[in-house]
This record gives sequence, C-alpha cells and structure tokens, in this order.
Amino acid sequence: MNSFFERRYIIAGVFITLILILLARLFYIQIIDDRYLLYAQSNVLRKVYKNPARGPILDRNKKILVQNEAFYDIMVTPNLVKPFDTASFCKLLGIDTAEFHKRFEKAIKYSPRLQSVFEKQLSAQAFAAIQERLSEFPGFDSSPRYLRTYPDSVAAQFLGYISEVTDKDIKKSGGYYHPGDFIGVTGVERSYEDVLRGRRGVENDLVDSRSRFKGHYANGAYDTAQVAGQRLISSLDLRIQKLGEQLMMNKVGSIVAIEPSTGEILCYVSSPTYNPNLLVGHERGNNAAELYKDPYKPLFVRPIQATYPPGSSFKPLSALIAMQEGIITPQTTYNCPGYYWSGNHRVNCFHGEVHGVVNLASAVAESCNGYFSWVFDRLMNYYGAKQTASTFTNWRGNVAKFGLGSRLGLDMPSEGKGNLPTAAHYDKIYHTGGWRSSTVVSLAIGQGELLATPLQLANIEATIANHGFYYKPHLIKGIGDKEIIKPEYRVKNYVGIDSQYFEPVINGMQAVVDRGTAAGSRIPGIVMCGKTGTAQNNHGEDHSVFVAYAPRENPKIAIAVIVENSGQGATWAAPIASFIVEKYLRDSITSRPNGITPDYIMKANRLPALENYYQGPKLKLPSKDTAKHKADSADKKAATGAGRKKNKNKYATAAYQLERRDDEEQR
Amino acid sequence: MQRQLTSWKGGMMRSRGSYQQQQQRGFFFNVDWAIVFVYLALCTIGLLNIHSAMYDEKHPSFFDLSTDYGKQFIYIIVGSVVAIFILLLESRFFSALAPVFYGITVVLLMLVLVVGRNVGGNQAWISLGGGFRLQPSELAKLTTCLLLARYLNGTNIRITDPKSFMISLAIIGFPMLLIMLQPDAGSTLVFSSLIFVLYREGLSPYFLILEGLFITLFVLTLKVNNIAYIIGALLAIGIIILLLFRRNRKLMPIILAGLGICIAFVLSVNFIYSKVLKPHQKVRIDIVLGITTDIKGKGYNVNQSKIAIGSGKLWGRGYMQGTQTKYSFVPEQGTDFIFCTVGEEWGFAGATVVLGLYLFLLLRIIRIAERQRSTFTRVYAYGIASVIFFHVIINIGMTIGIVPSIGIPLPLISYGGSSLLSFTIMLFILVKLDSNRMGIV
Repeated sequence: MNSFFERRYIIAGVFITLILILLARLFYIQIIDDRYLLYAQSNVLRKVYKNPARGPILDRNKKILVQNEAFYDIMVTPNLVKPFDTASFCKLLGIDTAEFHKRFEKAIKYSPRLQSVFEKQLSAQAFAAIQERLSEFPGFDSSPRYLRTYPDSVAAQFLGYISEVTDKDIKKSGGYYHPGDFIGVTGVERSYEDVLRGRRGVENDLVDSRSRFKGHYANGAYDTAQVAGQRLISSLDLRIQKLGEQLMMNKVGSIVAIEPSTGEILCYVSSPTYNPNLLVGHERGNNAAELYKDPYKPLFVRPIQATYPPGSSFKPLSALIAMQEGIITPQTTYNCPGYYWSGNHRVNCFHGEVHGVVNLASAVAESCNGYFSWVFDRLMNYYGAKQTASTFTNWRGNVAKFGLGSRLGLDMPSEGKGNLPTAAHYDKIYHTGGWRSSTVVSLAIGQGELLATPLQLANIEATIANHGFYYKPHLIKGIGDKEIIKPEYRVKNYVGIDSQYFEPVINGMQAVVDRGTAAGSRIPGIVMCGKTGTAQNNHGEDHSVFVAYAPRENPKIAIAVIVENSGQGATWAAPIASFIVEKYLRDSITSRPNGITPDYIMKANRLPALENYYQGPKLKLPSKDTAKHKADSADKKAATGAGRKKNKNKYATAAYQLERRDDEEQR
Repeated sequence: MQRQLTSWKGGMMRSRGSYQQQQQRGFFFNVDWAIVFVYLALCTIGLLNIHSAMYDEKHPSFFDLSTDYGKQFIYIIVGSVVAIFILLLESRFFSALAPVFYGITVVLLMLVLVVGRNVGGNQAWISLGGGFRLQPSELAKLTTCLLLARYLNGTNIRITDPKSFMISLAIIGFPMLLIMLQPDAGSTLVFSSLIFVLYREGLSPYFLILEGLFITLFVLTLKVNNIAYIIGALLAIGIIILLLFRRNRKLMPIILAGLGICIAFVLSVNFIYSKVLKPHQKVRIDIVLGITTDIKGKGYNVNQSKIAIGSGKLWGRGYMQGTQTKYSFVPEQGTDFIFCTVGEEWGFAGATVVLGLYLFLLLRIIRIAERQRSTFTRVYAYGIASVIFFHVIINIGMTIGIVPSIGIPLPLISYGGSSLLSFTIMLFILVKLDSNRMGIV
C-alpha cells in the first residue's frame, strides 16, 4: 500500500473520460451525421448510362430513310503511349505531325490517365484501314459510336438532324438528358424525339479509389435496361421523294403531295436541299458551316416555312365560296373584255387576253381574272358597300376553314401560318370604313396580302379532291412495331362547302389540264384536275405555281408545286407535278404533249441570279447575337413575307447550334 | 495488506503452504483469465478486420501465408506460443534482466539508424529475412516500462526526490531521443504517456495539469491565431483565480508560476509550430483543427477515414461489405487505419464493443496493478496501461479526425507482427507477474 493509492481513480477517470469522448464523437459521425453514408456511396457508385439505339425512320413502303451506323472514334490514353513511329501514324490518320502534337497535348491536358477522343467519327471504311494497324500503337484504341446514316440521302428537311444537347435542353428535360446526349433539333427527329430516343438504361457500377470497375451495385438490382427507340413509318414515298428532289435540282421551291383519303404526305421536297449525311460524322462542322453560308439556304424548310401568294391557284376556292354563299351558280356567265373595273381599280387578265363570255368552269379553265374579280365584287357588296367589313370577315372565315392563315398542325416543328388578312388589318391601313371591295379585289385572284405555304396549297387540293373535307396532313403514319397512328389523323375536317358545289369547279380544273393553261402537261390516260398559278412578287420573276389532284375519280394524290422566280405555272410547276403524279400512280413516266421530259427539267437551272436573290448582308459564322441580327435582315427578302420572320430566326438559331455543337463535342 | 488479501475471492484464499504447492502444478495457475479473454477477443477482431480490409480474391483463406491475414494469423499463433513461454518463466527473470533488455533495445535502436530499412520516411525497421522485419521502437516501449519499474522498485527511490525524478526521465527519454532520430514522431510521443506512471508513483499533479493546459493552449493558439487575445484571456483567468484563492498564501506562487509558464508557452507556440514541426506535421494539425480542408490532397486520408466510419451507421454495412475498405478509398487500411473497417462494417455497435474491450482491459490492468505487493509489478502495469491507452486514443482519434494523423498502430488489432508480439509480451509479462503477486519479486 502506498500513499498515492487514491490516484488510481484519477487515472482511471482520465481513461474513461477520453474513451467516452471517442465514443461521443463516433456517435456523432456514425449516428447523427447522415452525410458520410452518402459520401461513401458517391465514392463507389458510378452511374453508367447506356444510350439505346435511336429509332429508324422508314418510308411508306418500309424502305429505310434513316438508320444507325457504327462510326469509330480513335481514343488515346497518354500514359499508355510508348514511343512509336509518329510519321507513319500521322499518315495513317491523314494528319500532319503538328496537328498530332496539338491533339496529343490536348489529351494530356484533359487527363494523362483517362481516355479521350483523338480522332472523331471515322466511317467504317476509313476505320477498316486503320484498325489492322492500330495495335502497333500502344495507348491508342478505338471506340464505336452509333450515328445516323441516310442510305438514299433524301428528305433532309423532313428528317432533320440531331445534335448534342445544350444546357437549356438539359434543364428543360428535368434532368433526363446528360451532357453528351443527342437530341433531335429539327424535323421529325425533333417532333418525335420522345419516341425515337427510346429509354436510356442505367447501370450502377462499383468502382474503386482509382475508378476501376469492380462490379455491379447490388448485383444489378437497381439497373435498368435500355429500350431501343421505336421505329417510325413515315408517309413519304421514297420513289416520288427522290424524283421530286431530282426534278427540283438547281431550282428554288417546294413540292408537297398529300394522299387525300388519309392526309398522309407523300412527297415533301424543299429545294435546294442537301445531303443529310453531311451533318453526320467527321466533317460535320465544316459541312454545317458551308450549308449555313449557302445563299439559297438549304436548311430552310420551304414546304412549311416559305409562304407565297397562291395566285390563280386560289381561284377554285374563290368560286366554291361564291357558290356556297349563293352569289353565283355554275351557269352564271360574265363577258370578259380582257380586264375588269372594280370601282376605279382595273384588274387585267393575263396578257390582256379577252375571254369573252365565260361561265364558272371556263373561267377556271382559262383563269379569267375578270370573272373572279367580278364575282368577288358581287360577294363583297351583297349586303351593301357599308357592310363591306362584316361581309369580308364572313368571307375570310370561309377561306380560313380551308386552313389558310393558320397552322395546319403538321407533325413537324416550325410550321408557318401564311397570311390571311383580317378586316382589322384594312381598317388600320384605310381607316375604319375607308375601304371597299375594290380595295381588296386582288385577293380574289390569290394576290394581295394573301400568303400560303406549299403545304396549305396542297391541303386545299386534297380538300377539293375529297369534296369538302380534309384529314390533318401528317408525315408519320405509324409509330413503333404496332404502327400506331394518332387518332387526330382519323378526323375529317369539313370546310363548310356543300359537296355538290365541287363538281363544276372540278370540271373547270379538269379542263385546265385537258385543254387549258396546263394542257401541255396532260398525262395520257390519267384524268388530272389542276390549276396553274403565277404568283407575282416584288423580287424578280413570278413564281411558277401548280396545284392539282389525280385521278379525278377516287383521287390518290393531291399536289402543290412551286418553283420560285420561274414565270408561269404551266412552264415549270405543272410538268414537275405531272411527273410526280404519274410516277406515283403508275411507277413510270410517259411522254407529255409539250414534249418536256423529266430529264430536261432535272438539267434546267432555274436558280435566281444572286444579284436578284436578296439575301441580306453576307453571312459570317455567327456569334449568338449576330445570328439574330442576320436573320432579321435576311427577312427583308419579302417574297416570303411576314409569316416567315419567326421561322427565319429559328433557322438561324438551328444553324448556329450546328456550329456550336461541334465545338462542344470534344469530350 | 491483510485486508486487501482477504478481499479476493474464496478460491484464492489459500494457506501459504498450499499456495506454493499449487504454484508448482501448472503455468496456468492463478492466471487472470479476464485479460487473456480480452486479449484473444481483440486479436480475433483484428484478424477478421484485416481479412476484410486486405481481402485478396485469389487467396481467400485465413491460412494463406501470401496474404496479410495469413501472416497475422501466424503472428497470433506465435504470440500465443510466446505467451505460454512467458508464463513458464520465473517472475524474477523480468526484473533481473530488465537492464539487459533495455540495453539490447538501445543497441537495436542505434543499429536501426544505420542498417534500418526506410519505410515511408521512417528508418524504423530491421530486416530479418524471409519478409519479416523487426521494429525496435515497439520493443522499446516494453523494455522502458520494465527498466522504469525496476528502477522505481529500488529502495529509497522516490519520484518526489529530484534525483530519482531525473533518472526516471532519463530512462524514458533516452529511447525517445533515439526514436525521434528515425524520425518516428508517433512512437516518440507514446513514451510521453508514461507520465501517468510517474503521477501514480507520486509526481506532482501539476505536471499532469500543465500537460493538459499545454495541449489546450497549443490548440487554442493555432485556432484563434491571435496571441494577444489568448494572453489577455490567460491574465484574466489568472487574476480571477488569484482573487478566489487570495486567502491561501501557499498557492499564490504556484498560480503565478503557472501563469508565467502558460504565457511563455503561448508565446513559443508559433515558434514551435513554424520552426520545430515539419511541414507535413503542421498540415496534419491544421486539418484536425479545421484550419485547412484539403480533402483531395493532404486531408484525403482522414476524410476518407471519416467517411468510412460514418457510413457504418448503427449496425455497420456487414462483414466484407464496406465499400470504403473494399475499394481502397481508405489508406493504410490494414495497419494504422484498421479502425475504419471496424467502424464501417460493424457500425457504432462494433466500435462500441471494441472501445469497451479496451476500456475493460485498461481498468482491469489498473485493478491488477493495485493488487500487487511489489512496486515493480505495479509500475510495470501502469506503464503498459499508459502505452495501450495512448495508442488507442491517438489511433482511433486520428481515424475520426479529432487527433492529428500520427502513425501508430491500434494495439492487437492493427496488422503487424512487431506490434502484435510487443503488446502480447507486454500483457503476458503482466499476467505472469500477477499470477505470482503473492511472491516477492
């Protein structure tokens, strides 16, 4: 026993206290603080996203328009690279040594330890040559990547393109997209994005402290498999789409063909077009820049974004409304002296031609401006001149039922509305009550403020072919393997004209092709009903317009063709339409009364001279702000008018995205 | 003394004659089984956790000698043989040969500075061939305790006597100095825990208080980073204490001296910090004090260690299920950071069990110490209690980020033969000495 015996308690107390402090601290970090478990999980868990194959798009006969093809990225891991023959490697890839060193340093800067892309998106052929020798160069490796490919290089504006998502897309999607994912930017790739992209798979991998794969978290219990995107069956007919694009080569304009009995779009040509394969793969950046700089604007989707005065092709509609309103009967006659005085406004017939006594059918067949102006005047003044505004509004309502002046709701982004002026519009210009029938009489012959997209024009033909109703035009007729069709495409939209009024107009339209203005484009053995148009515009020659449907009994195809700055409808638009119609109905093309062959059309260059073709200031590759500015100034190209302004912006933005995406692509 | 003896359980109450007879019967006679049990439990826990931390898929067996758990298993076997061997020895042997052991240790500590293998910046290992290495600093803890015990056991030695005090300090300080040259700061600091022994033997409590004060002031000075505030606060506290104890004339000089020493210490903290400590030591201190947070670089180890332990929650993630351990986020996971595996896979429950076992061991050793007739055994017991205590607090404190990183192993649990054998010998010498507590050593 010694005198300091009691000190054992002090020492034991110190031991107990400090161990309790450890326990308290352990209690805090293990029980109270929840962060550490999360940290531990984020240490080991790597979510690996498995992107499914994007759905292919087929034509109406299940021919492939776009599918996926493997491209190859050459990857490099700088740490694994051993000294090698740089010169022969550069030769293999087709780059010079300066470029090699530049890329190699970039890869080192990104990470010496991790793989990065050295050469992007080589095609399978290009890669085959490299693949055999790649093993001679340790540290270099290849990685496949699936990109869109277009076997027939057609329908670029319909299909649209995909591109890496922007920050905005990511935010908008609520976190579905991740940087590096692809999203449809234009065309069907955009409007059917949800269907095409499929469902992404997630794999929860376990990795160690050096990011090496160690296994599947919870044996894959939380993993989800990727689901491939669904295929889309489009309504396009590859045969006439191809023919249409060939016919429209070196011309500015559009072709839209619709199957009247379904509203399915058979042909959707926007010219000039481009090879959609240009916007895929290795050279994408340069190609996009070229397309963007092209003054004829191949990225512009003319069938729905360009708007034109319908010209004479509007006359059948004029006649139908007048009959429905009881102003005329098919037998009503008018004596045409070659012009018509509406108030103090003189409307000339084309080339001052004197038509003499015409009735409805012959007026349509001979495209008598005088007859339709006279009818329009009678209609507008039916309730007296003072009621012009309300009468006009009534007329406008009838026209609007055909789909003019508003979007038809095509399953494509960026559809234009065209323009159908309102009474308020004239009130604003001429003061309320300050305008009369004579002020707006040019509307009767499809001129004036009236603007329509090629799609709207084709839809009017489909309506006439159906004797008074149309199905909403659409480009996708079946989604997925079950070929589901949206129910809205099965609804008949009536335009408020009784079916008996169509026959007289159709008689006139048949006469247009049989013996009238488009007689040169008559298809032997097929009764086609059509109407030529010559749309006046402020920039150069008139636009050549032709609308038609065929055959007369049991119509199969309704079509609108516009060739910009090419004069009368009969000269360019009508032959093109006749070839498309015959190709579609017969799968072959016979000779025409006027002797024009598809070959002749294909070889003809109708591109407007650039000095006439107003393009605004020379385009440079954009920064964001200037892109908008340029789009605005390019708008002054008035042939397309007001409805185009908004679309132009979109177009400019899309082109801008193309560019910018390429910069971001280097992962 | 008689009263103390009668307090032991009936079974141990023997006449002197029969007691001596029974002593001859076997080496397990009078062994303190509680210590043996805790020893085996901690070794087993260690083996399991090393198995999980160092798991090698190609060699899953505990008995595969190419793995660290295979080796640790062998060390435990060797340890057990050594333990039995110790129990066979005469108790007097340890006291008698303490100077010899101490001498050998000193020679080894010098030798290691010359021929030692440099591992992780410390020249602390002597290679024994066959992949086995000896760490003399581990032995030094044991032999220092033995020599200190033997010295303090001498007649007329009192710690309060300045000469005895100085000799005691020298016994402790000499190996410290040699270890510091390796340089192994962790092992050096372990010896400072022997202040508990000196305190128990009569050292003035002011030394203990002063040590506590120094640590507090060191932390405060670095954390507050404004010497004027600290000194101001010290003066204020000093004045309050002086006023409270103004009647007690005897305390006055002590309080004033303490105040002076504290102020001097505070003034020297920045000097110690910037000139004496090495950069990596400064960083470790900074990290614990939260002055820097560099979880990607210098603070990575401790941060990952905290994540491992914290992610264990109450019941842990299960044996071999700890991702921090399994996928090598935690560094040194078999040795210094083995407690991460305990915390991660066995949770707060497991951690409590381990700490409970240590606390039980420490209190048991104190109890054993106090039932000895010989000062030698008592001093020795307090010595190993202090060493084990220091190891536990520093090691576990480091893994949960309340003590700067100091590389010392967790007794009996961390992987490593030197450490395991050293603690085994320490404990079983005590068990042997205790079994002979009636005899005079």
